[in-house]
Amino acid sequence: MSNEIAILGAGMHPWGKWGHNFVQYGVAAAREALADAGVPWQDVSFVSGGATVRCGYPGYVAGATFAQALGWQGAEVNTSYAACASGSQALAAARNKILAGECDVALVVGADTTPKGFLAPAKGYRPEDPDWVRFYLGITNPTYFALYARRRMDLYGDTLEDFAAVKVKNSRIGSKNPRARYRKCFTAEDVAASAMVADPLRLMDICATSDGGAALIVSSLDYARKIGKGDAPRVAAISTVTPTFASGVVEMPDIATDSAAADGVEARSFRSTLPLKAYEEAGIGPEDVDLAEVYDLSTALELDWIEDLRLAPRGEAAALLRNGDTSLGGRIPVNVSGGLACFGEAVPAQALAQVCELTWQLRGEAGDRQVEGAKVGITANQGLFGHGSSVIVRT
Amino acid sequence: MSEKPLAPAIEGWHTMTAKPHLIGTQCAACGTYFFPKQSQYCKNPGCDSTDFREVELSRTGQVWSYTNACYQPPEPFVAPDPFEPYTIAAVQLEKEEMVVLGQVVKGVDVDDLEVGMTMELVLEPLHETDDDIKVSWKWQPVAS
Ligand SMILES: [Zn+2]
Repeated sequence: MSNEIAILGAGMHPWGKWGHNFVQYGVAAAREALADAGVPWQDVSFVSGGATVRCGYPGYVAGATFAQALGWQGAEVNTSYAACASGSQALAAARNKILAGECDVALVVGADTTPKGFLAPAKGYRPEDPDWVRFYLGITNPTYFALYARRRMDLYGDTLEDFAAVKVKNSRIGSKNPRARYRKCFTAEDVAASAMVADPLRLMDICATSDGGAALIVSSLDYARKIGKGDAPRVAAISTVTPTFASGVVEMPDIATDSAAADGVEARSFRSTLPLKAYEEAGIGPEDVDLAEVYDLSTALELDWIEDLRLAPRGEAAALLRNGDTSLGGRIPVNVSGGLACFGEAVPAQALAQVCELTWQLRGEAGDRQVEGAKVGITANQGLFGHGSSVIVRT
Repeated sequence: MSEKPLAPAIEGWHTMTAKPHLIGTQCAACGTYFFPKQSQYCKNPGCDSTDFREVELSRTGQVWSYTNACYQPPEPFVAPDPFEPYTIAAVQLEKEEMVVLGQVVKGVDVDDLEVGMTMELVLEPLHETDDDIKVSWKWQPVAS
């Protein structure tokens, strides 16, 4: 248990399309997390920020930006950028600092303000940039989600009704989350009536991008005990491993997969190998997990993640869904925060928001969304270029 | 379509022949294929070769998955006015053990495709410029 750290506080600025400076969201989240932890800002000796690449220079040095906004007090700072896994890498940096004995209490924070519409690549003729190539050839983000979704339909018999049921489930639970951006309960008819974007996915199957901010106050177990919070939820594992060659599933923004033609090389799926390190590090298995927060960039992708986390055998996630097992009150509730379906993605904050939800759940403070008796939770997310993360939190 | 000359949308990524091939590279040491071409370093973690040969990739493969684009992508995509939805396929090349994305030829809808179906590589216009017609590789079901 020597590699565990305590989560003393969690905070979030509500997700939305507020149009404010990202620093404002991060500060609000940090202040809420500090108050939740009962830790004075002056006691924080390490500030670990998730970078945003959409908000200019302050976003590139987010750790320092947030430390300055909260008031310089001499803490050390770090900034991590790893697309959707930025928050987890920032959390990992804080954990390393704490476990090395160089810091008792750290603030981990990420926030973003997102532009309107597609995130378009830089201009010019740039065939060396895979992002330029795929947009030139007409391959957008929903293309990839749709390829995975269609493959589920053809291989496992998943249906459009299954995908819609994920949206219905997440919107119902997310409607009870005051921090979520979309709080309307949608029906299967609403999903079916929304515009087709990339067959078989409709507008309501695909997540939006949002503004938001999330923060955690983490500490050594000794410090937690010293301030009377020895029973705070703990970070038991953080996996940020890269894929292993050959990556056999075509991933954004690539136009082709790795080739597995060389001797001794086999095609693998990154999503399915990512959680293995987390389970190993925490010394637990999928059967010990009480709830999961997974990256539902599309409704169908939630089903892939359930299998990648080994919460269901390959091809059987839809059966779990139909059975109500992944709903609140079911055997293994998934995305009881409402997921990306209700939040929309705020890249550097999203992995931290997942951990915030697990923290509240494991403390029994999730109100209408509470998973009874939750003791172990796992997160999963994935961004570009082999960046992904899986975090396990337990009591 | 006008009388303008045909030109590859991306220079050197495929042959301009009647039965076209994608042009990739192969590591001379370990045999790993690369598309797009890679000739500086091998991405196989067990190989540090810097020796690559240019190769023509298999021009047929099996559908790994498929979808379509119902909305106009942002630049640098050049869209016809009005925008016309198109189909997209991810095709598994057997010998190369890799999956390559591409548009599907005009007139083929998602309802015409299924996972495992055999596809072949063809060239079709992507868009037109003042000087020429830019063509790209597209996937086409093999008539059975
Ligand atoms: Zn090699």
